[in-house]
Amino acid sequence: MEAYLDNSATTKINDDVLALMERVYREDFGNPSSRHKKGMEAERYIKTAKEQIAATLKCKPEEIFFTSGGTESNNMALIGTALANKRSGMHIITTSFEHPSVYEPMFFLEELGFRVTYLAPGPEGTVTVDALKEALCEDTILVSVMAVNNEVGAVQDITALGAAVKEYNPAILFHVDAIQAYGKFRIYPKRQNIDLLSVSAHKLHGPKGCGFLYVREKTKIKPILHGGGQQKGMRSGTENVPGVAGLGLSAELANKDIESVQEHLFELKKYFAEGLAKLPDVTVHLVDNKDGTPVGAEEWEKRLRKTAPHIMSVGFAGVRSEVLLHALEEKGIYVSSGSACSSNHPAVSGTLKAIDVKKELLDATVRFSFCKDTTKEELEYTLSVLKELLPQLRRFWRK
Amino acid sequence: MYQAFLVKYGEIGLKGNNRHIFENALKNRIMDSLRPLGEYIVVREQGRIFVECPKGYDYEDTIEALGRVFGVTGFCPVKVVETTDWETVKQATGDFVEEMYPQKNFTFKVAAKRADKHYPITSPEVCAKVGEYLLSRFSELSVDVHAPQEVITVEIRNRAYIYSKVLAGPGGMPVGTAGKAMLLLSGGIDSPVAGYMISKRGVAIEATYFHAPPYTSDRAKEKVVDLARIVSRYTGPIRLNIVNFTDIQLAIYEKCPHEELTIIMRRYMMRIAEHFANKSDCLGMITGESIGQVASQTMHSLLTTNAVCELPVYRPLIGMDKVEIIDIAQKIGTFETSILPYEDCCTIFVAKHPVTKPILSVIEKSEELLADVIDDLMREAIETTEVIEVKA
Repeated sequence: MEAYLDNSATTKINDDVLALMERVYREDFGNPSSRHKKGMEAERYIKTAKEQIAATLKCKPEEIFFTSGGTESNNMALIGTALANKRSGMHIITTSFEHPSVYEPMFFLEELGFRVTYLAPGPEGTVTVDALKEALCEDTILVSVMAVNNEVGAVQDITALGAAVKEYNPAILFHVDAIQAYGKFRIYPKRQNIDLLSVSAHKLHGPKGCGFLYVREKTKIKPILHGGGQQKGMRSGTENVPGVAGLGLSAELANKDIESVQEHLFELKKYFAEGLAKLPDVTVHLVDNKDGTPVGAEEWEKRLRKTAPHIMSVGFAGVRSEVLLHALEEKGIYVSSGSACSSNHPAVSGTLKAIDVKKELLDATVRFSFCKDTTKEELEYTLSVLKELLPQLRRFWRK
Repeated sequence: MYQAFLVKYGEIGLKGNNRHIFENALKNRIMDSLRPLGEYIVVREQGRIFVECPKGYDYEDTIEALGRVFGVTGFCPVKVVETTDWETVKQATGDFVEEMYPQKNFTFKVAAKRADKHYPITSPEVCAKVGEYLLSRFSELSVDVHAPQEVITVEIRNRAYIYSKVLAGPGGMPVGTAGKAMLLLSGGIDSPVAGYMISKRGVAIEATYFHAPPYTSDRAKEKVVDLARIVSRYTGPIRLNIVNFTDIQLAIYEKCPHEELTIIMRRYMMRIAEHFANKSDCLGMITGESIGQVASQTMHSLLTTNAVCELPVYRPLIGMDKVEIIDIAQKIGTFETSILPYEDCCTIFVAKHPVTKPILSVIEKSEELLADVIDDLMREAIETTEVIEVKA
């Protein structure tokens, strides 16, 4: 049996999306900037994708800009707005457990002279409105927060944070990295005071190398890629038409019945967590108590619901995550140790430290991430494999 | 006029009655090295090897390929003129200088060799006349017969050959002339270099790698295959034995004193490698050890691991410092791959304070603790070994 439980790293492409993309590659291969019929046909796919996405966000199609994926969307949002608004101020606020595609641009902006405040989340993995309020100042031009943390699935109260930003000063821009959130939660930028929103296609059963940035109209932002002036000069470069078409369709599909998918994912998560609870020395981060004391059933379910329905970060005391990952791999089960983007990094996960995970679990934590196609049977199989493997791998555990 | 290369080989030329064996091997290795690049004709004539490139060929690729063949000490790019007609030869020498030297403000002399003694012009005359012609065609050139910067050689045989530059080859002996050895290949910097160095003396290489899933990843294994592929550009195809070592390692971990883990582990690695070495008629084993580099490479440790082998173990890096090894790794192109950060099995089961002066009798005693399981585990490891034929 095979169980792909690494859907936060990437998802399998949807068949209809792939079929659509293949058609664009084979038949409608024109350059949307060309003046002839082939160009117009290609342009139509871009228009359709924008409309499909706009419908999910209840925004205007003109507010969608296509990029090469989440990393570019984040770079464009942060660097583009910081440079365009530096006359109003040089202060930016973000959190201390962002994805590298947010904190690396922040380091870059610091080199350019911007001042960045990194808000530390509490042990529940959330940044409080009070902490944000305290950090806001006259010089603040931009606040960037990740809606769902990719490593542990912590969910931020974007609505409350957005409201606090705008209450302090409506001119401050609010960016949300929604790469793990879009398609799992309903997001409405206007209602939630979001000015910029980053999304990646391959987390939605769409193609790799494609994403978008929502930019609220009239937002002051400068392009970071300069060239032929495509996408109103905001993002030069011939549009990845097949990718954009695939993204549009996968966005539509992912938002179709979010509520029932959410419920399905939650059921899976609960089933898996209940199974894990029967195994010794296993800690579900953000759900189980850090000291190992039992959590009341009601509180336990409440905590389970508070984190993202598709991500579970689990510590296995006495087992190195890298070793467990390869042992599971031998049984056809695919997971991540930390985030796939940073797991080559020798340092232990910054996110785990941020939420105060016990030191011995920093290097013993594995991420399971589900998608709508994940089945109970896969999780049942995974639990049985874990039950068999853990004692073997712990044979040499020096407590 | 077409391109050829004149291959120079050093010590092969000094061999006695066996010389033709070495020359034929060299010719074959040159052909192996050039085969993927296209059609070349390699001929052995009158004590030298010519590589002719009659069809379209890539100069840089050819030079790189020739520069990797052990046994080649140097090679000259040669212009071959199909006629010995004097005016044509003179003209061609001029074209050769035109092409080879973008900057022409150097001193030169012309050397002439005449295999065809019936040729109407004598060697000194060839030198004088070609020199005169070159001076008249390129005004910046000047002659210096005592210490010229460049020597332009014109050879008259049944055709005329013009050459000047000598490009360095790796030296050594053609692979296959000295038998075969088993390389213990890890993912590190040293062992690929060790394999390269022994192979340079004409030795064909087979390799053994110890894999410990799930403690080492498939990426670590792939890295070793990549390293073997880079080394095989010099040594020719390498048969790579990938041994699943996990159970042996776990048994050692479970039963033996922790500070002796690495030494005992290495002894079993040597035993398994020797098994495969004997099976494929290897005449020795190769490791990348260097005295004192790590705990398992002190003289005491080497003595202890060496004690399990009957075949000689060649350790070409034994007296080298890490920086010297890295220099060679960079030169042969294995360094960048070696430093990729995947764990190999040596780094996981490491004691905090490994023994640096093991005593053979003590280690042998510790190994007795494995007596009830080790034969089965060794058999299992040998039986489940995966074999990959690696070639560049």
